Amino acid sequence: MATVKTKRTLAKTGVIGGLVLGALFAGLPVLWMLSTSFKSNGEVFQNPPKLITSSFSFDAYTEILGNGAQLRFFLNSYLVAIAVTVLTLLVALLAGYAFSRFDFPMKKTINAVIVSVQAVPPITLVIPYFGLVVALGLYNTYPGLILTHMVFTLPYAIIMITAYLNTLPKELDESVKVDGGTGWTALWRILVPISVPGLIAVGVYTFMISWNEYLFALSLTRTDDMRTVPIGIQLLMGQHSYEWNQMMAMSILGSIPVLILFLLFQKRFIGGLTAGAVKA
Amino acid sequence: MTLLAPKTAEPVEQAAPPKRSTLARRLVPYGYLSPTLILIVVLMVVPIVMVISYSFRDNVIVQDNSVFAGLANYTKVLTDPDFLAALKNTAVFITVSMAAHLVLGLTFAMMLNTQLLSGVTKAVFRIVYILPWLFTIAVVAVIWRMLLDPSGVVNYVLHTLGLINEGVNWLGDPGKALWAVTFINIWSGYPFFMISLLAGLQGIPNDLYEAAAVDGTNWFQRFLHVTLPQLRPVIISMAVLDLIWTSQQFALIWMTTGGGPLNTTEMLSTYTYKQAFSEYEFATASAAAVLVLLITMVLAFFYVRSQRER
Repeated sequence: MATVKTKRTLAKTGVIGGLVLGALFAGLPVLWMLSTSFKSNGEVFQNPPKLITSSFSFDAYTEILGNGAQLRFFLNSYLVAIAVTVLTLLVALLAGYAFSRFDFPMKKTINAVIVSVQAVPPITLVIPYFGLVVALGLYNTYPGLILTHMVFTLPYAIIMITAYLNTLPKELDESVKVDGGTGWTALWRILVPISVPGLIAVGVYTFMISWNEYLFALSLTRTDDMRTVPIGIQLLMGQHSYEWNQMMAMSILGSIPVLILFLLFQKRFIGGLTAGAVKA
Repeated sequence: MTLLAPKTAEPVEQAAPPKRSTLARRLVPYGYLSPTLILIVVLMVVPIVMVISYSFRDNVIVQDNSVFAGLANYTKVLTDPDFLAALKNTAVFITVSMAAHLVLGLTFAMMLNTQLLSGVTKAVFRIVYILPWLFTIAVVAVIWRMLLDPSGVVNYVLHTLGLINEGVNWLGDPGKALWAVTFINIWSGYPFFMISLLAGLQGIPNDLYEAAAVDGTNWFQRFLHVTLPQLRPVIISMAVLDLIWTSQQFALIWMTTGGGPLNTTEMLSTYTYKQAFSEYEFATASAAAVLVLLITMVLAFFYVRSQRER
């Protein structure tokens, strides 16, 4: 019996050792980013490197937050991401309702097109988008970014919302229709209120995609007052002869919305994500 | 599969009193779908037609006297050594990234699925393991530019361990840059595999392991004959998704090396981008973009087929 116990302890030590090693691989770069954001720029590459230096301060953060140009990047990112999220949920909800509650010619074909949109490379789209956005007068504007971001967010949102609505019994809609209501009232009065958990998960993912988007934000805007956070981080890299502490502070500030959303909705989010990846 | 698909809507429709004409009722679902259909036409159908037509023309976008150019743009791209280098680099980048994502994702998922530790401990580790995936690529790029700097902390550690003699410029050395960006991509991408594989592992019924244990199998045999076959569908679909995403990676390369030094990290995406937005050769860029689309379509075809097999 003692050997079984020893074996178990050994296995446990092995697993913990492995987990700690992996955690260092995953977590150390993030920890180093955090630590650098509190250093003075002169100490970023000091030898030997220290996690916390004598000059520990929030200067890099106050520098970023006190700079109107940097704050503008955040404002732009919030505006675009929130608009994309609201519009995506609205459009996807209507489409999801059609897919879940109706049978109609071309249903399978339309569904297949929506699924395949996810695979089209952004780099293929960015060239005609540039031509299109310029022609429509949307170059370097919010609507140009919001519209093009929806090509990434809409397919996933439609697939997930359709799957969610499919889990809700059809009797719910019928009860409204018996009372003389239409499908429209059934959707908004009954289905939407009970779909809130599913809509939140889809909304969080949509927000993250838009917040993180890089290629379109880079190509379809020109002036600094239209740039989003990811591009702002890149601009910071070019202009200030490498203010590493500020770059790290900006990176952390730019990651906070996504980190908070993820921590709040972790369970629901992972569930939805894996369901989408496995079943979509 | 197809035969079993339930016809969901009809009972509801029949139960509703026939107030409106049949035609109007038939149009209802299209009404709900109309915003989606309009967006798909504007964001997908029109742009793809546009990029294909650009690829057969010359002087597009920047000038308005575009002329038909036949296959000239394609010949130019396919004989451009930079494009061929990009093709090769992309293949290396994808293959190594995918293999590492799978190995790391599976190893971490199995460690996180252990029965030996408490739920709380595992939850803490799980959050740490997901961290790299929560940062946008722009952030990942600046973190690693700092860490991999010649006087950065990675070089310090390697130097202290006696593995290198002087600071290595990982992202600036033509012989090392491709490996460096691939490593960064591995770091930022494995959590997605891990999350899905963890969900897959949790779905494997315990009876299978118990039955295998009764048969006197060891840990490795159970991994080979129970775990892997059970995870096969998840692994296949994740691998194809990863293939598609990694082939589209742009921001990471653009913000770390910009395709350099000497084209050693040039990818299909950065090549196409440079043709369009640095050289303003939109016609050439369109030909490259159409080739990228064709490659992706082949990959997507395998994805759909792998999904059907399940």
